[in-house]
Amino acid sequence: MNLTIKYYGLLAEAVQRQEELFWFSQDSIEELLEALYAKYPPLEGMDFQVAQNNKIVPTETIITGTEIVLLPPFAGG
Amino acid sequence: MSRYSRHIVLPEIGQIGQDKLSKAKVLVIGAGGLGCPVLQYLTAAGVGTIGIIDFDIVEESNLQRQVLFGSSDLGRNKATAAKERLSDLNDTITIHTYPYRLTHLNALALFSLYDIIVDGSDNFTTRYLVNDASVITNKPLVYGAILKFEGQVAVFNYKNGPSYRCLFPTPPKAGSVANCSEIGVLGVLPGIIGSMQANEVLKLILDLGNALSGRVLIYNALTTHITTLAIPRSERIIQEIVSKRETFQELNYAFNCEMPILEIAMEGISELTNVQFIDVREPHETPKVALENMIQIPLSRLEDQIKHLNSAKEKVFFCAVGERSRKAVSILQKHQIHNCYSLKEGVHAILAYQKNSQYERS
Repeated sequence: MNLTIKYYGLLAEAVQRQEELFWFSQDSIEELLEALYAKYPPLEGMDFQVAQNNKIVPTETIITGTEIVLLPPFAGG
Repeated sequence: MSRYSRHIVLPEIGQIGQDKLSKAKVLVIGAGGLGCPVLQYLTAAGVGTIGIIDFDIVEESNLQRQVLFGSSDLGRNKATAAKERLSDLNDTITIHTYPYRLTHLNALALFSLYDIIVDGSDNFTTRYLVNDASVITNKPLVYGAILKFEGQVAVFNYKNGPSYRCLFPTPPKAGSVANCSEIGVLGVLPGIIGSMQANEVLKLILDLGNALSGRVLIYNALTTHITTLAIPRSERIIQEIVSKRETFQELNYAFNCEMPILEIAMEGISELTNVQFIDVREPHETPKVALENMIQIPLSRLEDQIKHLNSAKEKVFFCAVGERSRKAVSILQKHQIHNCYSLKEGVHAILAYQKNSQYERS
């Protein structure tokens, strides 16, 4: 399926885009992250949470939506 | 009362709502980029009791976004300087200042004095401390965070909603996420995000609209995109935090992530009272300096000699250029001693200051 992946904060700099269409045929967010780490190695060491269909979900979640957001924590104030 | 007439004329607020505001007590953590707009709007709105906790001093690089301060405030404590400006804005409210660092030792007692906590801090150690203390004292937390051109806003611990740890369960590894001082931030961004935080605070007090609870809002200043993501509450995570209540004062919040090292210029030291200077150079190093309340402990022996430091005093460490003194502050932070500063530019800053102002010497 074709997923829209959105990158926030410094993740967008690490992958040099804010969003992309990503063809993915496996089941879980975990597997999706493995595929993204292979495409963008700097992503692997970074802290972030994953949202599917605008809801934060654990990485073992099965992909049911078409939009995935990768959200890093910010500390700045 | 004409001061609040534009509130009172709103049927959704009225005199009853304005009275709610005047009875409310809000604690703002950090009078920085986010804290300034939050404080400004809460003060103007007539929130009756406002607390400001910030140990930091106003630096020139703050003025690009920290709109409560001016050039005449450089070197002053931010909580103290903010109160002065805010008292002019509205002298009918009570403002309490806490010009020291929020720690696991003082957080629970301080939070219990207020109804709502606002997080405008700039480091993960404080953010996790603020969240956990809010959960334990059962106070709603209005969260905001910024980096470069992006901001996040949320209301946590509100009416059985999620906490910050339900979104980000554990602090990032030390040094893995840069802060604004390292990577920069658009000056107006904290104005936008802080104003959103102030709006959430007013909504909570007035019980108006839908609180931004159970969701995190993400704002991108370059694309003007706003996204909100739902955050499920994790009962397990909340219970883990609550279970720390009895041992909270023994927890080491600096363990997982770095505390910022507080650097100070000689001009800022004159604002501190009760200062102890510590020369961390080796005994043979020159130039020598003579200062009141100064002791010499070479960095190599600091950990063995921590007992010689006066815990009641603000400790200013210095060396040749300001490198070893930063290291000294980080060593003391590991030992949970937080009222420490590293003198910028080292011993030469002292000599220049003495030359210019005949600084008191022994």
